[in-house]
Amino acid sequence: MLEKATPLVELQHIKLAFGGIHAVDDVSIDLYPGEVVGIVGHNGAGKSCLIKVLSGAYQRDEGKILIEGKEATINNPRDAKAYGIETIYQTLAVADNVDAAANLFLGRELKTGWGTLDDVAMEAETRKIMGRLNPNFERFKTPVVALSGGQRQSVAIARAIYFNARILIMDEPTAALGPQETQQVGELIRQLKADGIGIFLISHDIHDVFDLSDRVAVMKNGRMVGTARTEDVTKDEVLGMIILGKCPPAAVPGPGAIVDA
Amino acid sequence: MSAPNIATKSDPVPSSQNRASHAQSGPIRRFLNATELDTRMLGMIAALALVWVGFHIFSGGVFITPRNLWNLSVQTSSTAVMATGMVLIIVTRNIDLSVGSVLGVLGMIMGVMQAEILPQFIGFGSPLMWILSLAIGLAAGAAIGALHGVIIAYLRVPAFIVTLGGYLAWRGAAWWVTTGRTVAPMDQAFALMGGGTYGAIGSTASWVVAAFVCAVIVWGLYSGRKQRRRFNFPLRPIWAEVTLGVLACAATLAAVWVANSYEWPSRVAARYAQANNIPIPEGGLFIAHGIAVPVLIMLGVAVLMTFISMRTRFGRYVFAMGGNPEAAELAGINTRRVTVMIFTIMGMLCAVSGAITTARLNAATNAAGTYDEMFVIAAAVIGGTSFNGGVGTVAGAVLGALVMQSLKSGMVLMGVDTPLQNIVVGIVLVVAVWLDTLYRQRAK
Ligand SMILES: Nc1ncnc2c1ncn2[C@@H]1O[C@H](COP(=O)(O)OP(=O)(O)OP(=O)(O)O)[C@@H](O)[C@H]1O
Ligand SMILES: [Mg+2]
Repeated sequence: MLEKATPLVELQHIKLAFGGIHAVDDVSIDLYPGEVVGIVGHNGAGKSCLIKVLSGAYQRDEGKILIEGKEATINNPRDAKAYGIETIYQTLAVADNVDAAANLFLGRELKTGWGTLDDVAMEAETRKIMGRLNPNFERFKTPVVALSGGQRQSVAIARAIYFNARILIMDEPTAALGPQETQQVGELIRQLKADGIGIFLISHDIHDVFDLSDRVAVMKNGRMVGTARTEDVTKDEVLGMIILGKCPPAAVPGPGAIVDA
Repeated sequence: MSAPNIATKSDPVPSSQNRASHAQSGPIRRFLNATELDTRMLGMIAALALVWVGFHIFSGGVFITPRNLWNLSVQTSSTAVMATGMVLIIVTRNIDLSVGSVLGVLGMIMGVMQAEILPQFIGFGSPLMWILSLAIGLAAGAAIGALHGVIIAYLRVPAFIVTLGGYLAWRGAAWWVTTGRTVAPMDQAFALMGGGTYGAIGSTASWVVAAFVCAVIVWGLYSGRKQRRRFNFPLRPIWAEVTLGVLACAATLAAVWVANSYEWPSRVAARYAQANNIPIPEGGLFIAHGIAVPVLIMLGVAVLMTFISMRTRFGRYVFAMGGNPEAAELAGINTRRVTVMIFTIMGMLCAVSGAITTARLNAATNAAGTYDEMFVIAAAVIGGTSFNGGVGTVAGAVLGALVMQSLKSGMVLMGVDTPLQNIVVGIVLVVAVWLDTLYRQRAK
């Protein structure tokens, strides 16, 4: 039923190279509303680079991006945000010397009637959303450089979900989180999915991926091995895709799949 | 349900609600916690007080006098104005080595405008003269700053190199404007921007300014409190608010009292009395200087720059970029545009300082502003602006400028030779930054 609708996002034949390194090589992937697509692969497989092309952090060398069937121009992070694409980066990308509220609203500050920053209102909103995400969070006045890794991650997540994204990119969103907070992010993903938001979830935790994703896409050495519905494949089969690049019968092979001899 | 209660009781971290009442340690710590005063800033004020008292004692009691403090305030203005802009530049991990040279060329442009070019169109002594000269200086400053900014942000040449080039090029350009000839005198109204006997606003106006500032302080404290109550955030205790208000107002009134205690030279006062048919009383006529015009300009610039850096989006982006430029870019901030704006502001502030300097000398010379870049950078850094980016305040930079100028004037007063003065200032700069590094390590 999902397949009939127009995809929310289509990345077609994306290529990205740094000097001689083909970080992303002819990768195509799509995402439907209300769908979670897990992207997995070994370290350096090109997952982060691929999603950074979509989020506008990197400019692709070749390929097309379609949003709801129409070709999109994404040349910088501002363009991507205008399409409702929000990103939690693996490196977190928070501004170290300002506090949580300033980070949450960075680039989209609330203003008073005088046109000045409304710090108090921003702090109030931040307290609300952090209360949902990470109830133990207390340090609203501290520059985020002084926060723990998990607290910083909570700030990054809060920033991505606060502004009603249509497309959410999460690059290792729970890498630094404790078990309780990880569970909360899982809940959050299900909730956002129910709201019709499309999510790309990058994770090394294969259990999490199977738990949360509708489909899984496997990358190896910058190329797409294949995609599969999580209900059609086993974890071992996906591990085989990641390590050997072997595509099981239930998966749709990509250009990076090893053809059986 | 009792477990969390136990946990909170033994929790050593003060929660935000009882943060004020928590500290059992000494009254000073409690005072600082309750008032949320910046300890770093207090440290600077203490250092300044030390410098003043020291010079007062060693100079045989001529440092802390209305006359010297008034002159000190005038001498500080030009550096302080530029230091407020340097804060934004260093906060974004850039540097501007060209401010002294830019000041020089802008001073020349404004001087030539009012002494040679504009009189052809509007006649000498026109009330428009100072306005047009200053406006042209500001526009030229903005253009120079924007040029630096564009080269840095869009062509990706490091700020150090761009402004090093600017340091040489604009000093040369300052010479070129008149091929080295000094231009004098300045327009009478323009000259008021430099201070001097007539370049001060007098006693009554000074008290009005003081009253206005006090009103703003009280209003600021009140509205801040109201705003926090609206969102049910923790409030400072009332006694702390009152103490803050009283201290700030007292400092304002004291400063104005000093400015109003510095009288006009008796001969100037006598001439003034004669011209205005005022009888000279027994023991001479007392006419107070009041706040000097350049000091008023400097305070206005400082308030404006504080507002820009703390209360506007642009200011927020400056500090966000300083902490992590890549993150700011990923958050959707147009970091290149912000960079261009920062350097444009710096250029305009050079124009303001250029006007003050030119007016004070009552002449435009191509050497004006020589070495200023060093003092401006030093003022910002002594005032707590970090070269690691993301940290710095306008108020700190103004205080830093005052500290630097106090050292210089104090040594002049004591008859220290210029080479020794430079050695001392150089050492103080390095020691101040070292102390600041220690402070920051402990604060973490
Ligand atoms: N800015 C860059 N400059 C040069 N090479 C880069 C850059 N960013 C990534 N690469 C290279 O591109 C390849 C893909 O990197 P990418 O970050 O996408 O991997 P990843 O799949 O996200 O890995 P991980 O699981 O470790 O996060 C790697 O070989 C990496 O070295
Ligand atoms: Mg990655």
